[in-house]
Amino acid sequence: MEPLKGLLSTLWKALTDQPDPKAPFLESIPEDYRSLASAVLSVAPILMVFPLLFALTTVLERKGLGRIQNRLGPNRVGPAGFLQFAADGLKTLTKEDVVPRAADRVVHFLAPIALVIPVLLTFAVLPFGRNLAPIDLDAGLLFFFAVSSATELAVFMAGWASRNKYSLLGALRAVAQMVSYEIPLVLAALSVVMITGTLSLSAIAAAQSPTPGSFLAPWYVFTPWGLMGFLLFMIAACAEANRSPFDLPEGESEIIAGYYLEYSGFKFALFFLGEYLGLFASSGLAITLFLGGWNAPFAFMQGWLPSWVWFFAKLATLIAVFIWIRGTLPRVRMDQLMGLAWKFMIPMTLLTLVAAGLWHRLPSAPLRWVACTALLAGAFLVLGRVLMPRTRHGRRVYRYAD
Amino acid sequence: MVPRVILGGGIVKGMIETARNFVGSYTDASRLTTVEYPEQRIPLHANARQFPFLVFDGTDPMAGLRCVACQICEKECPPQCIYIIKDSVKKPDYLGKMQMQPKVFDIDLSVCMSCQICVEVCPFDAIKMDTEFELSNDDRFAGLLVNKHQLAKPNSHFARIHPAEAAEVDGRLAAEKAKAEAKARADAEAKAKAAATSPPPAGNPSSSPPPKS
Amino acid sequence: MEGGFIAMPTDVILWILGGLILISAVMSLALRNLIHCALFLMVCFLGLAGLYLHLNAVFSGLVQALVYVGAVGIILIFAILLTEGGGTETGSHLGSQWRTGIGLAVLLAFALLGAVSNSPQTTQAARHTEEPTVREIGLKLMTDYLLPLQTIGLLLTAAAIGAVVLAMQEPKPRKDETP
Ligand code: SF4
Ligand code: SF4
Repeated sequence: MEPLKGLLSTLWKALTDQPDPKAPFLESIPEDYRSLASAVLSVAPILMVFPLLFALTTVLERKGLGRIQNRLGPNRVGPAGFLQFAADGLKTLTKEDVVPRAADRVVHFLAPIALVIPVLLTFAVLPFGRNLAPIDLDAGLLFFFAVSSATELAVFMAGWASRNKYSLLGALRAVAQMVSYEIPLVLAALSVVMITGTLSLSAIAAAQSPTPGSFLAPWYVFTPWGLMGFLLFMIAACAEANRSPFDLPEGESEIIAGYYLEYSGFKFALFFLGEYLGLFASSGLAITLFLGGWNAPFAFMQGWLPSWVWFFAKLATLIAVFIWIRGTLPRVRMDQLMGLAWKFMIPMTLLTLVAAGLWHRLPSAPLRWVACTALLAGAFLVLGRVLMPRTRHGRRVYRYAD
Repeated sequence: MVPRVILGGGIVKGMIETARNFVGSYTDASRLTTVEYPEQRIPLHANARQFPFLVFDGTDPMAGLRCVACQICEKECPPQCIYIIKDSVKKPDYLGKMQMQPKVFDIDLSVCMSCQICVEVCPFDAIKMDTEFELSNDDRFAGLLVNKHQLAKPNSHFARIHPAEAAEVDGRLAAEKAKAEAKARADAEAKAKAAATSPPPAGNPSSSPPPKS
Repeated sequence: MEGGFIAMPTDVILWILGGLILISAVMSLALRNLIHCALFLMVCFLGLAGLYLHLNAVFSGLVQALVYVGAVGIILIFAILLTEGGGTETGSHLGSQWRTGIGLAVLLAFALLGAVSNSPQTTQAARHTEEPTVREIGLKLMTDYLLPLQTIGLLLTAAAIGAVVLAMQEPKPRKDETP
């Protein structure tokens, strides 16, 4: 009974923002098992909450995309179609698991696992609430990027082990895309690190807490460099997650399904899960870095709701925006993708770093607002002008046809 | 065309459009055109056609079948999905004339291509197109071979699904029947007159032979 | 983060990691399929990263994972795929210069052994094991080690530009082919 009471008390403390929520449960069990129990207490909620969120997102995404395309979306299974994910899950679980005869069986088997594990690990450093960071690592941001870089390897393993040219092409596309967009992703995150001077995500979130007297919370997205950094970060995160409009690695029209073409049944579901969890993790990181983490938007709202509610509300908003974008934009071409990364994203993120530096150095508020805004807006306009496709078309030449 | 001035302007425009679709799907019926089929149905088109059926008059399907087993439709059907065997027993048609009748009249549902040629060629208005389209079956062999008992449907059904055409057919058949009756009456009168003017043949004074039909 | 989550003797973790690193290193040399070799090399890198983390060098460990697995590994795989073609079984285990290789390896092993045994970390009895924070590392890099850092940066930039220049050499379009 003691441990159960401790667990309930831990849960209550976690949900109500009290410091050190794990303590009641850990005190109720023998000394030897405490570190293990502490780890389980950190891991179990992540393993429960985020796959559930994934399941819910798949349904909501299909419904939302349907509405955007004048359709209804799934509405048959369960109330208003919300049990669709259960039907999908059962279907993938009971499907035959086909492995191509020529495939490299071991690597083929390991790839989905190698994709999901790093993605799950990234959740370890995200502060979901005031006292709800699973591990408060001093180099949390570095941990996030280090771990998520392993997903590229998993994608490559999947594509290569399938022994299918479309899989391999998809994997190469995915890896090239992830490598290219990792640079702007890290650079955009770096601007926040420059301002806060720490790599600890909990400290970054805490630095955006509103001061008692103020009105608006000092989220970094409310500054010129923060807004630009946030937008660039989201674009890069979208590309990192291989999500529409950057979903070339799975372009059905040319390479069928890309790197997970030869996966069926539960392994396919794992890829699906990994992709969405990666999206949630990047969104969580964006929230922590730019959108104030678990803080309320206005100072007077700070105590209204538990801090994790704010975090998940922001997460839901970002997911909705991702769905909205997916319903709007067509897939880009490979050269457009790379052009965007190297000609637009990287210069802009570098300028964002400069702007963050300016913001840090310039003393007076109006001056730094004007300087940073002018720098970033000017660069945006100029780059946009330069990169905008010209409307002048020359005579069409067929290089190889004649 | 509006010149795109700012990078990303087109994206914002597209996002606004999809947002209008999303919100509109809750408020504006024209932005959500889905018909939820098994529960909601839209009225069928006036000339909808799916699969032939055999028309019968009266209440007894087999006795009232208009088909005279002439096998024209069987010969004309492009994919050859009609199968007819004539019966040795005749039955009277709507005019009271004795006609052949089909012993077997099968149509293969899986082969029929809904071309309506059987209907066009039938000289007896015996076969018409039905509008029933939920024809799936869990037996893909016997279940898809439709026999004459399943094919026979009353004229009232025809009148319900294709009112205009049915009225036209009914009128034509009624006119023919009236004409035939008038002719029969005229024949009978002529015969009676002849009987009155010329003396009846000897040896058979009281009973006249039944009029040949 | 002392000793991991599970109360396990430090030596056991060390042995596991060491075994993992050694086995994967040997496998990355012994296997015939180049991609398998590369994948085992990644495992080896990850094991090293784990070792760093275990020894409380969080920054080095994470950078090891980020740079070696995330970047170097991917470049390696691209190089294999774009040149020889992945999945081709190479002929003999031993190259033509295996004697030189073994000689170099032995030399390197001695050099490393010498360096380790002479390092103040091992000779001095008191080893300071407290974790240098990322902030301290950053400050050191920006003050004491600024020149080496900048030199390496310049070198890498030059290499990157050189690669771009090499890759950009496309055959010039013919006169009638105005794009
Ligand atoms: S509709 Fe066409 S295919 Fe079908 S039975 Fe009649 S003639 Fe044959
Ligand atoms: S349906 Fe018409 S055409 Fe066919 S056999 Fe009967 S009467 Fe003849």
